[in-house]
Amino acid sequence: MHETRYSKDHEWIRLDGDVATVGITDHAQEALGDVVFVELPEPGRAVDAGEACAVVESIKAASDVYAPLAGTVTEHNAAIVDDPAKVNAAASGDGWFFKFKLSDPTAFTTLLTEAEYKAFLETQ
Amino acid sequence: MADTPDHTNNLHTTPLDALHRELGARMVPFAGYAMPVQYDFRDAMAARCKGGVLAEHLHCRASAGMFDVSHMGQASLHGAEAAAALERLVPGDILGLRQGRQRYTLLTSPAGGIIDDLMVAKLAEDRLFLVVNAARKDVDFAHLRTHLPASVTLEEHPDRALIALQGPLAASVMAKLCPPAAALPFLGVTIAPIGGIPAMLSRSGYTGEDGFEISVSAPDAEPLARLLLEQPEIIPIGLGARDSLRLEAGLCLYGHDIDETTTPIEAGLTWVIGKRRKMEWSFPGAMAMRDQLDNGAPRLRVGIRPDGRAPAREGTTIHAPDGTEAGRITSGGFAPSVGAPIAMGYVRRDLVADGSTVQLMVRGKPVPAHIAPMPFHPHRYVR
Repeated sequence: MHETRYSKDHEWIRLDGDVATVGITDHAQEALGDVVFVELPEPGRAVDAGEACAVVESIKAASDVYAPLAGTVTEHNAAIVDDPAKVNAAASGDGWFFKFKLSDPTAFTTLLTEAEYKAFLETQ
Repeated sequence: MADTPDHTNNLHTTPLDALHRELGARMVPFAGYAMPVQYDFRDAMAARCKGGVLAEHLHCRASAGMFDVSHMGQASLHGAEAAAALERLVPGDILGLRQGRQRYTLLTSPAGGIIDDLMVAKLAEDRLFLVVNAARKDVDFAHLRTHLPASVTLEEHPDRALIALQGPLAASVMAKLCPPAAALPFLGVTIAPIGGIPAMLSRSGYTGEDGFEISVSAPDAEPLARLLLEQPEIIPIGLGARDSLRLEAGLCLYGHDIDETTTPIEAGLTWVIGKRRKMEWSFPGAMAMRDQLDNGAPRLRVGIRPDGRAPAREGTTIHAPDGTEAGRITSGGFAPSVGAPIAMGYVRRDLVADGSTVQLMVRGKPVPAHIAPMPFHPHRYVR
């Protein structure tokens, strides 16, 4: 079973072994509105926790997407570059952004659980 | 990613505020007003359109949309000398404006800058009707009061609402509700009831589509809006799509594409200078504008098409092929009806030709783009 955790920057992170998949939450895509452009990190790029490494633009505005933990990008989702509307249609599924190998897989548990993320949304 | 907080406290509201919220609007502060930026439609309206900037924009181009623009400033100039007095403050031909006609013009400064852009309608020999930008109301009305002679009085109309109906099906809807409006030519103005509601209508708008702008008393705004929304062609549209529609139409947004530091010549608005006014050069900033017409303006407003998919937003710097900074984007975003990013901005005059190649600095990286003709989407005004 692959556990999904969340960041306060409205990203979801799903762990499979030491590789994590990152996307934006449904709440985030809803707040952004129609996504029209996505820029993703290239495989091989080393990212620090909290580093801006992708861009998502809706009709209204551009937003950064941050690496929730430190690691190295292994793959990105070219399908959302070609069809950015996928991010709205399936934020937590086919609309994933990138996969990266965590420098320290144990750091995964420092991220928010689903219950904690939901509680965090209540405070927003 | 930051959420958009609801900073709608301490804001003015329009007479349609409750209706917007009932329809599922996301309200945002704009020019001191709580305004709908987009809608999450429910119930019957959701069957017409799912809502959101993209869908609302496309619905307006395909059918018709209703926009609440009650935040804009409405006022009358009373007096037999009203037209002559206003002409002393604008480059447009106001004396030549016929009764029942409206014209786009500019309040200009002695330095040739643009104080505001506005619509002027002639309702009678001794009455002009003005519509000015919400954020410039106070500045404009103070400017007018300072410069008008005692024989001309300015009457503000804070008690009036303004509703725009825009889109290719706007005229067929009005043919049912208000036949005299449907018979108006482009920039024609009339006073006629819509379903019994007294209204002043003009054949004008800010989307590039055929349509109407309807001024009614504040208490009549909601009944009129509900009557319009009963028509199956019409959905309400927020400020988000209003902005993308006007950008595709190549129309300026005050405070972004034009302001007190841009002249009408630089802004590509030379056409607002009336033929007769060009003989007299008797309006504020005339000498500065004449100098730019004779010797060339240092920069001009142009359309810009980024070559890739990345939108270039307001504030993005524009660079010449040799790398020198050559201008700035003043409006930019994704154009739903073009299916690509578009922008407008000011560039150095050696780069203004259509097809000229430029580089846009987007997030620190150069993005190739080229100068493109405007409008980006063809105007479909009634003839």
